[in-house]
Amino acid sequence: MTLTDLSQILPLAILAAGATVGVLGIAARRSHIGTFVLTLCTLILALAMLRIPWRAGDEYVTTLIRFDGYAIFFMGLLFAAAIAVTVMAYGYMRGRDTIREEFYVLILTAMLGCAVLVSSTHFVSFFLGLELLTVSLYVLIAYSRSRQTDVEAGIKYFIPAATSSAFLLFGMALVYAQTGTMALSELAALAATRWQQANLVAFVGLGMILIGIGFKLALVPFHFWAADVYEGAPAPVTALIATASKGAIFALLLRYFGALHVEMTNPFFSVFTVVAVATMLVGNLLALLQADVKRLLAYSSIAHMGYLLVAFLAGGRLAVTAVAFYLLAYFITTLGAFGVIAALSGKERDFSGVQDYRGLVFDHPVLATMLAAMLFSLAGIPLTAGFLGKFYALLAGVRSSLWLLVLVLVASSVIGLFYYLRVIVALYQPVPAPSEAGGAVRPPASVPSGSLIGGVVLAVLLLALIWVGVYPGPVIHFIEYTVAR
Amino acid sequence: MILLWLLIVTVAGAIAAWVLDRWSTTASRWAALVALFADCVLLLVLWAPLRVAQRLPPGEQWIAEFDWSWIAPLGVRFHLAADGLSLLLLALTVFLGIAAVSASWTEIQARVGAFHLCLLLTLAGIIGVFTALDLFLFYFFWELMLVPMYFLIAIWGHENRVPAAIKFFLFTQGGSLLMFVAILALYFIHGRDTGVYSFDYRQWVQTEPTGTIGWWLMLGFFISFAVKLPVVGVHTWLPDAHTEAPTGGSVVLAGLLLKTGAYGLLRFALPLFPAASAEIAWPAMILGVAGILYGAFLAFAQPDAKRLVAYTSVSHLGFVLLGIYAGTNLALQGAIVILLAHGLSTGGLFIVVGALQERLHTRRLDELGGLWSSMPRMGGVAMFLALASLGLPGLANFVGEFLVLTGTFAVSPTLAAIGAIGFILSSVYSLWLIYRVFQGPQRPGVAAVDLGAREMVIFSLIIAAILWLGVYPQPVLNTARPSVESLLNSATRVQDEPGPQSQTVSFEAPAVGYDRLAQGDL
Repeated sequence: MTLTDLSQILPLAILAAGATVGVLGIAARRSHIGTFVLTLCTLILALAMLRIPWRAGDEYVTTLIRFDGYAIFFMGLLFAAAIAVTVMAYGYMRGRDTIREEFYVLILTAMLGCAVLVSSTHFVSFFLGLELLTVSLYVLIAYSRSRQTDVEAGIKYFIPAATSSAFLLFGMALVYAQTGTMALSELAALAATRWQQANLVAFVGLGMILIGIGFKLALVPFHFWAADVYEGAPAPVTALIATASKGAIFALLLRYFGALHVEMTNPFFSVFTVVAVATMLVGNLLALLQADVKRLLAYSSIAHMGYLLVAFLAGGRLAVTAVAFYLLAYFITTLGAFGVIAALSGKERDFSGVQDYRGLVFDHPVLATMLAAMLFSLAGIPLTAGFLGKFYALLAGVRSSLWLLVLVLVASSVIGLFYYLRVIVALYQPVPAPSEAGGAVRPPASVPSGSLIGGVVLAVLLLALIWVGVYPGPVIHFIEYTVAR
Repeated sequence: MILLWLLIVTVAGAIAAWVLDRWSTTASRWAALVALFADCVLLLVLWAPLRVAQRLPPGEQWIAEFDWSWIAPLGVRFHLAADGLSLLLLALTVFLGIAAVSASWTEIQARVGAFHLCLLLTLAGIIGVFTALDLFLFYFFWELMLVPMYFLIAIWGHENRVPAAIKFFLFTQGGSLLMFVAILALYFIHGRDTGVYSFDYRQWVQTEPTGTIGWWLMLGFFISFAVKLPVVGVHTWLPDAHTEAPTGGSVVLAGLLLKTGAYGLLRFALPLFPAASAEIAWPAMILGVAGILYGAFLAFAQPDAKRLVAYTSVSHLGFVLLGIYAGTNLALQGAIVILLAHGLSTGGLFIVVGALQERLHTRRLDELGGLWSSMPRMGGVAMFLALASLGLPGLANFVGEFLVLTGTFAVSPTLAAIGAIGFILSSVYSLWLIYRVFQGPQRPGVAAVDLGAREMVIFSLIIAAILWLGVYPQPVLNTARPSVESLLNSATRVQDEPGPQSQTVSFEAPAVGYDRLAQGDL
């Protein structure tokens, strides 16, 4: 470890330092705004410091971590998402009676985990990053202990996540026992080889690792935890799970398994195809049944992981660009949607039933329009980033002639459109008179917990949504220059 | 550049209408009208030189063009261009846009600014569809016009507006995503063959993908346009959407949105896939004839006046499909005339039904009757529009349907004969509508104020346009001719293959003399 190495990992070091200072600061004196500003500054500084490894080019820092354009792009994306989540959380937490400061420290540790994940090259850093992220999320999900749903969601996340970690560890052990290496690049090579009796142990190990990843991404059939967790967790945390956690793991998956396409007869390819088809269909079909916007978004995000798998399976440089672009669009959209939910949520509960949203346009025209724009983006309608994301996923799929996957994508996004439209139309419906609503009366103009800075972030997200949707040329250039180099 | 201005003016009008609503709803309505009149002026600027020169130099198809790099890494360009066909449809768009704003003048009272925002954005999307020459851009507009239209139905519509709006969106979106996949596949096929990755229409026209893949891609385009047109089988969204939409929305839906399907077939499905299109010409023509009869039969059975008018669209657009796939010069020209004529007559009928509903709060035929005595002006207007719709000689629809049937006769006398039954059926449903609403015994309590000055102005314009198209369609045919000829050229490239289109060339002569024929008849 040399001095240059240290300067390379400065962004990670800043995050770690920020978290430590945060904890120590809380021990000395509690201050909501103080911790918030510290977190925000740490994240912005870490984002800015990405320039140092970027200038140095493709570098390995020890055998555990690799800073190349790919890792730096995703780190930047994740940090930016974390900034948005932090700001969202500020308005959200302000109105609550719980202790608030640790929340921000946990966001920092979660981001540290994400950053290690996307730059890891080795089982050790992979597992370390993943656990750092997951453990932070355990606490974050169950943060509002006074609310029963939060604790329930925390447990529901804890058990599958812990199980999947066990799967991952056992898989890694098996692979190591067979191959004698812990480098992730060897894993990809292993996946590309033919089935052989002699390789059986390693293959079983590889399968278990992929199952572990499948859990984290909530791919079908490992998706059952998602809806409850999304529903129960505080809205900013849900945004964090939907974006940073899934995005970081998908980036890792793409980096090391992106070459699967070379052999379409490869059994892993077939397994992934089945999983992708199931994920798209199950995600969209189950979303149809939901009466809660957060649950609906949970299933929608499952479906979006399925769309991403289509781009992922297409393979090649185009697939990398497609996934990176899709994730960018998905991040903007998801953060925006949860940002609106967080801004609308009152003290007692999150603002998430579909009936809550009836006639929202009359009370909060700006937020309602913003939510509608985000939902259109999730549905992939032009002028929004989501359209170009879907365009890229289809482009990659068509290029590699994955006709089955492309057609399932088309069919399931039509299904998906239905439930997005249902929410959008509710926004513009007149509010039912209390008498005819029968019990399900909407909470009396719930006090939105937004803040000025939260509004600024939402506005930035909306602008980004439209900018990426209308003039994506520079963004595509940038992605091709960094990620798919 | 003028094409870009068309878009800018329409969008600016939309935003102005939206903003002005804050102070005055009337200002909002006027803003929308002013923007559309400005569009009118722009179109005249486009059309005037064409009129002076009688026609473009031979071989030249495009009147105006605008080309600008948009998403460079993918080879996507912001490429607009208009030829005669586009110009005619653009004129129809602006005209019906004015009609729609005027028809909503008193009907829409809630959220007036947002209504005009949605209406004008739909029109902007349609203008984009009629001018885009980059396939990505075309798809972009194609999807974009759905969103404001969806809101028009879902927010300002009638009783069952939400299911109708969602059904409309899902059907069209399902079809268009298939087209999107086909566009992407063509992008790669074209790129692989030529080394140039772009979505440029003019380059794609040069190379037709051969074999099965070409056939499947053509089907992707065809299904998308068929849903919009609509072709029988995928038409079920239409009656619901048309019935539930507010009057202005119905006018735009029937008058313009359906035309984008026909335009897509003429501009994209046929020239990009001449060989594959020739293969499905027969099934498509049979579907067209089925649509003529089916739409007419169902129209007659409707208890709801608006639904009745909606089903007539299925019937009229059946003629368009028949004409397009018959592929002769006459049939194609006829199809284009029907596009305009149907837009005017059906748009007008929707305004009549909307005016009735606004006054009497019902559209049910069994609750109406004998209205002629209390509202003779509306009765006369409705009678005229119904006669136009049933294809009375001398009015616009007759010209189009006659040309289509004549053109089809050269290809298949049988289909032309069956299609002609549509004339009889359309008389039945049109006269039935007039009979049930305006004639018969007057029902007690059913009486209302007759048409006012604003409504009479817009109806006179529609009537004048229908008469002009019916009596002297030659300027329209002249304007459309270069487009039709270039279509026929693309079809003759596959002449050696058997199919209905092999007879195209032999049937060109009568088209030139049509003006004499039409005038001599009267």
